[in-house]
Amino acid sequence: MNRRNFLKNTGCLAIGFSLQRSFIDLPSPMFQELPQSIKRHPHINAWLEVLANGQVRIFTGKLELGQGIGTAIAQVAAEELDLGMNKVEVVLADTLRTPNEGYTVGSGSIEQSAMAVRFAAAAARQKLLELASQQLGVPAAQLNMQNGTISAVTGNKSITFHQLLNGKQITDKVQAPVNLKPKESYKLVGKAIPRSDISRMARGEQYYIQDMRFPGMVHACVVRPPAYDARLQELDEKALKKNIPGILKTVVNGSFVGVITQEEYQSVKAQRWLQQHSKWSAGSKLPAGSNMIKYLKTLPGQNDKVAEKGSIPDSNAWIKAQYYKPYHMHASIGPSCALAIYDNGRLHVWSHSQGIYPLRESISKLLPLPVDKIDVTGVPGSGCYGHNGADDVAADVALLAMAYAGKHVRLQWTRSDEHAWEPYGSAMIMEAAALLDDAGNITAWLYELWSDTHSIRPGGDANNLLAAQHYATPLKESSRFSSGANRNSEPYYAIPNQRIEAHFFKGPLRTSALRSLGAYANIFAIESFMDELAEKAGKDPFTFRLMHLQDERAKAVIRKVQEMISNIQLPANTGIGIAFSRYKNSASYCAVAAQVHVQPATGAIEVQKMWSAIDAGEVINLDGIINQTEGGMIQSASWTLIEQVKFDAQHVSSRDWVSYPIMRFNQVPEVEVAVLNQPEEKAMGAGEAAQGPAAAAIANAVYKAGGRRIRHLPMVPS
Amino acid sequence: MNTTIQLQVNGKKHTVQVDPATPLLYVLRNQLALNGPKYGCGLQQCGACMVLLNGKAEPSCMLPVAAVKDRKIVTLEGLIQNDNEMHPVQEAFVQEQAAQCGYCMNGMVISAVALLNENPHPDDTAIRNGLQRALCRCGTQSRIIKAVKRAANSK
Ligand code: FES
Ligand code: FES
Repeated sequence: MNRRNFLKNTGCLAIGFSLQRSFIDLPSPMFQELPQSIKRHPHINAWLEVLANGQVRIFTGKLELGQGIGTAIAQVAAEELDLGMNKVEVVLADTLRTPNEGYTVGSGSIEQSAMAVRFAAAAARQKLLELASQQLGVPAAQLNMQNGTISAVTGNKSITFHQLLNGKQITDKVQAPVNLKPKESYKLVGKAIPRSDISRMARGEQYYIQDMRFPGMVHACVVRPPAYDARLQELDEKALKKNIPGILKTVVNGSFVGVITQEEYQSVKAQRWLQQHSKWSAGSKLPAGSNMIKYLKTLPGQNDKVAEKGSIPDSNAWIKAQYYKPYHMHASIGPSCALAIYDNGRLHVWSHSQGIYPLRESISKLLPLPVDKIDVTGVPGSGCYGHNGADDVAADVALLAMAYAGKHVRLQWTRSDEHAWEPYGSAMIMEAAALLDDAGNITAWLYELWSDTHSIRPGGDANNLLAAQHYATPLKESSRFSSGANRNSEPYYAIPNQRIEAHFFKGPLRTSALRSLGAYANIFAIESFMDELAEKAGKDPFTFRLMHLQDERAKAVIRKVQEMISNIQLPANTGIGIAFSRYKNSASYCAVAAQVHVQPATGAIEVQKMWSAIDAGEVINLDGIINQTEGGMIQSASWTLIEQVKFDAQHVSSRDWVSYPIMRFNQVPEVEVAVLNQPEEKAMGAGEAAQGPAAAAIANAVYKAGGRRIRHLPMVPS
Repeated sequence: MNTTIQLQVNGKKHTVQVDPATPLLYVLRNQLALNGPKYGCGLQQCGACMVLLNGKAEPSCMLPVAAVKDRKIVTLEGLIQNDNEMHPVQEAFVQEQAAQCGYCMNGMVISAVALLNENPHPDDTAIRNGLQRALCRCGTQSRIIKAVKRAANSK
C-alpha cells in the first residue's frame, strides 16, 4: 500500500506487533496527555519510518517557513532514538505522505508537531527494544541503542533497526504512557544545533518552490483586475497572440484571466500587454484620502465583549489614550509561486501554503475535482509570516493546469501581484483608559479595539481564493470574524476592574493573518499605555510593570532585560524604552528593550539597538529561538517605523519596494537575545513573541529620548 | 525573434537561443538551470537576483541578456571551488546561521563577495552600505553583518 492510501485508512494494515506490558512498566508519569496530533494520527508509521540505509525518516504535517522547524523536529527524533542528526531525514507537509496537521501557524509547530514526533519516536524506541530483545535473546534492560544499532551491553550480539524490521514499519498505535527520555540525559535537545538547510541555500542548491523545474514545463501569468471588484469587459486574445510570442493558452473565466506561455519572460510580457490593452469596469471606490481612524470607526460591524471583571467606576480621573496601526503587508521577498500538472485525471500541485490539506479541499471545490484526485506537496518558499499569496497562486495554477493537461505549469506572481493582492494585516484602532490609586496601582482598565478579520485562510472552502472571486459566477469572501483581533487585548497585569471590548468592521482592503495577528497592535497599545501610566504614577517602567505582575516567569524576563541594559551609558538625545508581553497570554514570555536616538532639530528617529529576554519553555533548538526573536524584533521595528499600505480610490498603490518600503541595512538596529530555558515547562513557539513588545519598546524609547509620545503608526510616514 | 547568444557563466561558455531582450535572470534560471539568482521584484529594488558582473554585484532582473555577452558572470554556484569547498563568504553565512527563510541569501552573499573584493576589511558602516541594495524580510540583517565580518577576518 502506498502512503496515500495508508494515510487515508490509517490502521487497516497491522504487522502484528504488540507491546508487551513489561516495557511500559518502566517509570513514567502517572498521567500522560498525548499530543493532539498523535491522537489524530496514532500510528507510529504515520510519523516515522526506518529506511534500508539505516536512516530514520520523520514525517511532519508542518512546513518549513524559515523558522527552522525541520531541524527542531529532527533533533527531537534523534534524541529519543539516540541517533546522530545526520541519520534523521524530515519529510515536510505532503498530502501523499505526511499526517494532516492543519495549518503551520500561531507558533504551534513545536507544541504540536515536534511533540507528536517526540512521542512517536519514543514509542518506536520501546518497540525496537522489545523486538531486539526477542531476536537477540537478551533482556531489554541489558540492551543499548546507538545510532541505529541495538546491542547487548555484554557480549557482541547486535542488530540494526533495519534488520529488525526487515523492510516493514512499526504500525502500533502510540499509547499513553510512553517512556520519554529523561531530560537530564538529553544530548541534542536544548542545544544550538545548526540547521543543515542553510548550507544548501548558501550553495544555491535546489531548495525553494521557485527552483523546481520539470522537463517540458511551461510558464504562466495571471492578470488581476485594476480594482478589487472590477469585472472584465473586453480582452483581445488574437491581438495578444499577435503581439507576444510563445502564447500557448489563454484562460478566461469571468474576470479570472491567465495566460500560459513557453518561456517565463513571455508570461511577463503577456501580463503587461493585457494590463494595458484590456477593458474593465470601474469597481467600487476605496476611501482614499480619508482620515482612517474616523472612517474605520464609522463602519458598521459586530461587537464582542472580550472580558469583564469587577466594576467600572464613574470618575473624572480616567487617563485615556488612542493608538492606531495601519494596514501592513507580509511583503515576502520572493513573491508567491506554485506549480501544477493535470495528468490522467489527477491533479498534482506544489505549494508553499501553510496548510496543504485545507488547500487541497479548497481547490477541490473551486475546480471542481474530487479531493482524492488531488495531491498537494508542500515545498518551502520565501518566508511568508502568515497568510500571503501562497494559497491564491496555488489555486490560480491549478485552474491553468486543468486547462492545459499533461504539462507542468509554473506560475510566478510578480512583485506587483503580491503587493497589491495579498491579504494584509488589518488596520486597528485601540483606545485605552485607566484609573490609578494614590500608591500608583492601576485600579480600573477600559480597552476597546476596532479591527477587520485576521483570518480569511481558505480553510477547505473555495470562497476565499482570489480566483473564485473573479469567476464568471463569483463567490463571495466569507470572512469569519476571528478572535485573532482580540489576541493579547487583555492586559497580563493584575488589575481588579476591567472591561475589554472589540468591534469588528469590514474594511476597504483584503485582510488576513499576519504574524502575531492582533497581538502586535494590542501590545503596542497596552505597553505604550503602561509607560504613560508609569510616568503619571511616578514610577520607573520596570517597577511599575513588576508591581502589577504576579507570574514569576513574567517577572524573570523583565528582570533579565533590565540586567542586559544595566551598563549602557546613554549619549545625548538617546533613550531606552522597554515593554513586555506573554504571547496569547498563554505562550512565550518576552521582554524587549530598545535604544533610540532622536535628532532634536528634525525629530528623525534612529533605532540603534534592541535587546530581548525570552522564555519559550523547554528549549528545543536554542539558536532557532534566538534567530526567530532577533528577526521578530527587526521585522517589528520596520513595521513600526515606516510601514503602511497605501491606496488610491481605485486600488492599492503600494505596488513595489519604493511605494512600500521596508527597512534596509542602514536602518537596522543591532540585536541581542537572552533565552531563559525552562526544561520542565512545555515547549512553545517563539516566532511571534517579540513583535508586540518591540513596537512599544521603540515608542517608549522615542519618548525617553526627548521625542514625542507616538501613538499612531507608522512613526515616520514616508 | 530568438537569437543565439554566447555567455560566460561561472567560468564556462554557454550558448543559448533566446529573445535578446530577456533579462539575464530568466536565462540563468531557466536556460542554465541555476538556482542562485532569485526573482524578487524584477525592478532592481531588492537584490534577490544579484550576480557578479566582472566582479561587481549587479541585479540581473532588468538587464537584457544581449547586453552582457562580453562580461564574466558569476552566480552563487560559481563561488564553490573545484573541490566542492564553499567560498569563505558562503562558509561564514553557514557558520553564523545567517538565514531564516534564506531567500535573500543570494543577494547578500554576492553583495558581500563584491564588497570584500574591493574592501577586504570593511567596518560596520561599509558593510551596511555594501549590502544596502539587498532586502531581507525575515530580519536576519544582524547575522548577515556578523557573517560578513567573519568572512573578512577569515581571509
Ligand atoms: S529581483 Fe532583481 S532586484 Fe529584485
Ligand atoms: S532570511 Fe528570509 S528574506 Fe532574508
